[in-house]
Amino acid sequence: MKFTLSPELEAFRQDVRRFVADNLSPATRAKVDEGRRLVKADYVDWYRILHAKGWITPGWPVEHGGTDWSPLERYIFEEETALGGAPPVTGGINMIGPVLIAFGTPEQKAAYLPAMRRGDLWWAQGFSEPGSGSDLASLSTKAVLEGDHYVVNGTKIWQTQAAYADMMFALVRTRFEGKPQEGITLLLLDMKSPGLSIQPIRTIDGGQELYQCFFDNVRVPIENRVGADSKGWTYAKYLLGFERHGIAGIGHAKRQMVRIKRIAAAEQDRGTRLIDQPRWGERIALLEIELMALECLSLRLIQESEMMGAGKGPGVEASILKIRGTELRQEMFELLTDLTGPYVIPFDEEVMRSGWGNAAPVGPAHAATIASNYLDSRKISIYGGANEIQRNVLAKSILGL
Amino acid sequence: MDFILNEEQMLLRDMAARFAADARARQEKTPEEPGRRWSRFAELGLLGLTLGEAHGGLGGGGVETMIVAEEMGRQLLTEPFVPAVAMVSPLIGELGSKDHHEQILPRLAAGEVLVVPAFLEPEARYDLAQVATIARADGDQVRITGRKAVVLNAPQADLLLVSTRSAGATGAMEGISLYLVPCQAPGVSLRAITTLDGRPAAEVNFDAVAVAATSRLGSAGTALPAIERAVDRGIAALAGEAVGAMAALLDLTAEYLRTRKQFGAPIGKFQALQHKLVDMRVALELARSVAAAAAMAVDIPDAELRRRFISAAKVQVTRSGRLIGQAAIQLHGAMGMTEEYGAGRYLKRLVVIGALYGDFAHHLERFAATAEPAGLPN
Repeated sequence: MKFTLSPELEAFRQDVRRFVADNLSPATRAKVDEGRRLVKADYVDWYRILHAKGWITPGWPVEHGGTDWSPLERYIFEEETALGGAPPVTGGINMIGPVLIAFGTPEQKAAYLPAMRRGDLWWAQGFSEPGSGSDLASLSTKAVLEGDHYVVNGTKIWQTQAAYADMMFALVRTRFEGKPQEGITLLLLDMKSPGLSIQPIRTIDGGQELYQCFFDNVRVPIENRVGADSKGWTYAKYLLGFERHGIAGIGHAKRQMVRIKRIAAAEQDRGTRLIDQPRWGERIALLEIELMALECLSLRLIQESEMMGAGKGPGVEASILKIRGTELRQEMFELLTDLTGPYVIPFDEEVMRSGWGNAAPVGPAHAATIASNYLDSRKISIYGGANEIQRNVLAKSILGL
Repeated sequence: MDFILNEEQMLLRDMAARFAADARARQEKTPEEPGRRWSRFAELGLLGLTLGEAHGGLGGGGVETMIVAEEMGRQLLTEPFVPAVAMVSPLIGELGSKDHHEQILPRLAAGEVLVVPAFLEPEARYDLAQVATIARADGDQVRITGRKAVVLNAPQADLLLVSTRSAGATGAMEGISLYLVPCQAPGVSLRAITTLDGRPAAEVNFDAVAVAATSRLGSAGTALPAIERAVDRGIAALAGEAVGAMAALLDLTAEYLRTRKQFGAPIGKFQALQHKLVDMRVALELARSVAAAAAMAVDIPDAELRRRFISAAKVQVTRSGRLIGQAAIQLHGAMGMTEEYGAGRYLKRLVVIGALYGDFAHHLERFAATAEPAGLPN
């Protein structure tokens, strides 16, 4: 045990930090800072910068454009990019990417992987259905093989930014007998396919990033099947076990802590900055301590799994990081809401997208996005396996019942 | 931060685990005389753990101390390892004269002499600078008058390491000196008490106690930073002890959930209980991680950063200890309320650790007063 990390890792951290500071567009960083909505270009521009540096797919094998970083280096990279205000790498890179590498055909790899790395191909995830959330294996979107095509009928829900997507990877039911897990197939659907339509869903934060997708006799060529028919559950589990180094969201949490302190220094009560008042100072301190403890836990679990040679980051302990990481960030948004006081009440959707522009802000400029960000933060303990499901998983591993 | 134990540390952990389990088993079979138990610590070199190799010790730091303390906590051992080994030995090593080193350190390592700290006073709560105990020069002697509160293991000790004021007003940072005071010295009186977790302790009164001027550690009036460092070492060790106790209590509770049957099933099948157990596990992992960080931070030169980690650990360990201790009692049902079953012993230890050297509120305030380390991008 040593208080400081190795000089090499410290140098690596500084490299990443400098890279983000030098290359991320200030406009994007400002949006992330202020909690405003990002658009596709904000993501893709950043992905192209990462791609040019060779850092877009650190988790992929080297022959497919990976960086061959250790789990700890990948953790530091994720933390520093989030801390520096970069948009998260999403759009399927860390989800369907590894699955195609492990189970895809040479044609699928050639068709998709390079385009994903360049930022030219965005994926939607087609897992959940209106009747299948936590109980994913109960899904019922049906695919029937007719000649050399699957014909897909049904609906998928909670696709993030489906309007940005070129393709969707979807779990569909190809067999109806046996255990629910055994009849599921993983298909790749072109979002422009005839019969495929999307419908936005307004969420409580005022956002419109989620969609429901409908399939009406959508024809999917058989070469767009990943792996074998009815083996989709295996691939889905592989996919969900990937990229859990950063699951605690330490970089995001640190960035929110910076925001908390900035706002607590800007807001005053009876002439005293909130940050200088014990009742607020101690609430902030308590969250900082929780953040320190979680950061120590993340580092410890990654180092322990690295030492055990697991190579992939934490196993079932990732559920601990998911639970605590999401709860902590939610506590931070609660505090942000409280710090903002009465100006948390006005709500202007246009400001969420574009800021105040030339108009004079209503209340302090930082206030406009807080309520929306707070409401949006309620999702993080639901998606990626609701925290109650994570607790079930952990209980099983502790008790073995 | 590197959280992985090196090979020597793993050997130390295995040795300490065997030793502590054995000590508990012996204790439960036939209660031993306390002195005999303490000399077993010496036989394994544990009493010299924190002494430099020049003084016949193992040269261990915060991490080694935490490793042993965790195993002690796991077995609920009550020996004064934390006050004597984590706090006093390094302090004498740091401030003591050549004579102190030669006369005391080998005997500490051998378990022949027990020295415990007496830093806090009835009116001081947790403020180490609130020293109203006066040391007044009297020829080549010093006369000490005052009171010290809840001094753990004082009834067993040979010497007390007492913080006194030789100058300045109560509460001033300057003017504090440390003296080694024999418990048998005329004018020292103990009102013995037993702690919540079954340890001997005392309220100690000093009535014009005469000690030689040479029994002062370090220069006059400048002891506070060293006292604070010693207390921080103690807190880091206590955090380790708490982690051991929490881990054992979690194991005990999980085993109960696996075996206790109600409504025709092990109660661990019920989700409400499962989720409570998981919250205990999350609390344990957080406490374990930040306690390890604090143990590493004990030995760094940057006092501000050290305080930050120590206070964070104390806050986290206190919260986790409460959560785990209380949930364990709840999950055991009425059985958890019985003295015989033993879950309560862990809760008591955790409550005591929470109240030693600064409670939740004290350390939250101390943490908030520290500066954030530089280097965060904005």
